[in-house]
Amino acid sequence: MHIDLRTVSIKPQRQTFDHIARRIGPDKAASRYQEGTLDVQATHNFHYRPTWAPEHEIFDASRSAIKMADWYAFKDPRQFYYGAYTLARAKQQETAESNFDFVEGRGLADTLPAELRDTVLKLLLPLRHAAWGGNMNGAFITAYGYGTALTQPCLYHSMDQLGIAQYITRVGLLLGDDVEVLDEAKKHWMEDSAWQGLRRYVEDCFVLKDPLEVYVAQMVALDGLLYPLVYETIIDNVLASQGGTPIAMLTQFMTDWYAETRKWVDATVKTAAAESPENKAQLEKWITHWRDRAAAALMPVAQIALGAQADALTSELVGQFNARLAKAGVSL
Amino acid sequence: MDMKVSKKKLGLKEKYQHMTRGLGWETTYQSMDDVFPFVKYEGIKIHDWEKWEDPFRLTMDAYWKYQAEKERKLYAIIDAYAQNNGHLSVTDARYINAVKLFLNGISPLEYMAHRGFAMTGRQFPGVGPRVACLMQSLDEIRHAQTQIHSISNYNKYYNGFHEYRHMLERVWYLSVPRSFFDDAVTAGPFEFMVAIGFSFEYVLTNLLFVPFVSGAAYNGDMGTMTFGFSAQSDEARHMTLGLEVIKFILEQDPDNLPIVQQWIDKWTWRGYRVLTLVGMMMDYMLPKRIMSWKEAWEVYFEENGGALFKDLARYGIRPPKWLDQIEQDKDHISHQAWATFYNYAAACNFHTWIPTDDELDWLSQKYPNSFDKYYRPRLEHWREEAKKGNRFYNKTLPMLCQTCQIPMIFTEPGDPTQICYREVDYKDNKYHFCSDGCKEIFEHEPEKYIQAWLPVHQIYQGNCFNEGVDPTAEGFDPLAAVLDYYHLNFGRDNLDFEGSEDQKNFDEWRGMATKNV
Repeated sequence: MHIDLRTVSIKPQRQTFDHIARRIGPDKAASRYQEGTLDVQATHNFHYRPTWAPEHEIFDASRSAIKMADWYAFKDPRQFYYGAYTLARAKQQETAESNFDFVEGRGLADTLPAELRDTVLKLLLPLRHAAWGGNMNGAFITAYGYGTALTQPCLYHSMDQLGIAQYITRVGLLLGDDVEVLDEAKKHWMEDSAWQGLRRYVEDCFVLKDPLEVYVAQMVALDGLLYPLVYETIIDNVLASQGGTPIAMLTQFMTDWYAETRKWVDATVKTAAAESPENKAQLEKWITHWRDRAAAALMPVAQIALGAQADALTSELVGQFNARLAKAGVSL
Repeated sequence: MDMKVSKKKLGLKEKYQHMTRGLGWETTYQSMDDVFPFVKYEGIKIHDWEKWEDPFRLTMDAYWKYQAEKERKLYAIIDAYAQNNGHLSVTDARYINAVKLFLNGISPLEYMAHRGFAMTGRQFPGVGPRVACLMQSLDEIRHAQTQIHSISNYNKYYNGFHEYRHMLERVWYLSVPRSFFDDAVTAGPFEFMVAIGFSFEYVLTNLLFVPFVSGAAYNGDMGTMTFGFSAQSDEARHMTLGLEVIKFILEQDPDNLPIVQQWIDKWTWRGYRVLTLVGMMMDYMLPKRIMSWKEAWEVYFEENGGALFKDLARYGIRPPKWLDQIEQDKDHISHQAWATFYNYAAACNFHTWIPTDDELDWLSQKYPNSFDKYYRPRLEHWREEAKKGNRFYNKTLPMLCQTCQIPMIFTEPGDPTQICYREVDYKDNKYHFCSDGCKEIFEHEPEKYIQAWLPVHQIYQGNCFNEGVDPTAEGFDPLAAVLDYYHLNFGRDNLDFEGSEDQKNFDEWRGMATKNV
């Protein structure tokens, strides 16, 4: 039986704010993503120039070589505003928590072959610092990027990277004998030749000035090769087949996170490239440059777990990366 | 199965330290000065970032979990409030103008705080402060969005909300809160933290949020009240961060003291000037009053703030400058501000009115030293004039203070019958100020404040007309042209509450909801 509950019905004067209505039409109700995102950042009549960069306005599209007629052409396919974002991540952390409980509760970490455990510690733990670099880079774009449609998801990305650094830390504390494994991993990050290419890559990103180039270097190139390599290929396939399934459980957050986040990255690249031939050319130049550097930097990292196979598997991933970017409208 | 004895359990603090500390490193492929280019130019000296005591100790997974729980509850209430036409249960439709003031004047600041904390969250070399700043950046976008989302429902039914983003960058009074935040984010990272993290979030926040949120609660506005309460636990974290920042900077080097003291003086004054709007809201716009502005200042600043500055005395910090003037001003500023908005009601996106007799009596009682003597007769005079059909609308533009951008409405300390004027000659121009505080702030950084986008100057310079408008055309009406530029709907968004569309609609709708017509 259908019960028709009644409330007093009043005809609204308008469906949404005018700046939203100008974009979506006056008779449409706006989504929370739209109201929380579109035109939220100030654009006109700034009062003062930054004392730290007087050549620019507070928010200034000319900080980037990428030109957009409308910076709200960027859309997050996940439609993340704060509420939607935290709800999505809360669900994932629940899964992560039960995975950690499962592995810890059954003492599965201790069932890992010693060699595999060492490989994981060597491979995974220095990546805490790479994730910290990701957090820095996301914060940079949030701070100095233009338009909430672009900057908002970059803060979420930045905080996700911090979360990932913390999940890696937990894996280290679970597998390692002591907290010293963290110090050791940091020593590797600072000194071991296998990590210097990656560390140099991350540090070079820290001094870039163009928010979109940082985006390419971090979200497109580095994430785009590191996550498929470390989490999808090495942990989920290679190590899992050697008895490392518990590790795959402990890093499920990263795998799921990347599968979700790359859709947003693809959408961003696609929108920027479709805007103009100049944007497309600029993106191709940047992506080629940072892809090659990322692939080279990751090679010795891949060798930690893959040995002689590293070369072939990394080339394969670069091929997949190129195909993915081609779909987003960038030919490499 | 053989179970290995579980490892030594780490304490919460220890565990958090491992989760976060040690993540950063001394860069070698790029110099630290290039990676963190803005930490030295303000003159603040930090010797050991590791001395930073993390105030939150919140890992991301815990953050997501707690915050998602809060969001779930908040949006359930926002939805229910909208579905039940909750706006019809507010005390009376005048109250909705306080919500307009909030969305137009305050919510955009939340967004600026989000971006500002992202800047400091990128620029500090220490891991602890970076994480704390970024978490606050994330909280601040939450506040901006939850406010937009809850107030969105008011916008569907009432005027004055619809162009808050456009008006923020144009309408005269909105340059007051906006320039305040523009000032903070254009400063260096340390000054931003003292300005917003300490002075605003710690010292003055109670004077902003308590009045609005309690005002909402007192006036039956469940929607606004709920986001306020939901934000409270975030605010508690932010206050802790603000205090930690000050102590950290002061403990690092004695040379930091005079710099920090100057910032505290400046930002307390800047913040206090912005709070004029809140004082006015408390004394005039809430049909059901919480307390007077004067009482709020006494409780939240004089008592609580007094204790704080006593605590900071051991670092050499003294209470902010110009408190003696503020002490005298508290009998006056809310009345002076309301009179101004009453005057300029034609150029404003919320309504004003003359308080009822009960309300005038309440003001007389709360302000025995000033209201009957200086302000009540004027309000009664305007009421008489309005009854005769001469509702007073001021059509000349006021002179603005170069620093706080409030019209020059404040009176001389010690003489409430004399407007306070100060001026400074700088590079062949004369600049005007409402007070010694604003004048001194200007003199400290004239190159910054001469850039101010002063709405009245901009109108006179012809910068506030839409493209294609010809001010030399016959019959040109400058006020109408400016209101077009503001996107202000004449007769709907502005003018007196009495006779407004909001008033009529509210009465009609409430009738529908409570009577069988």
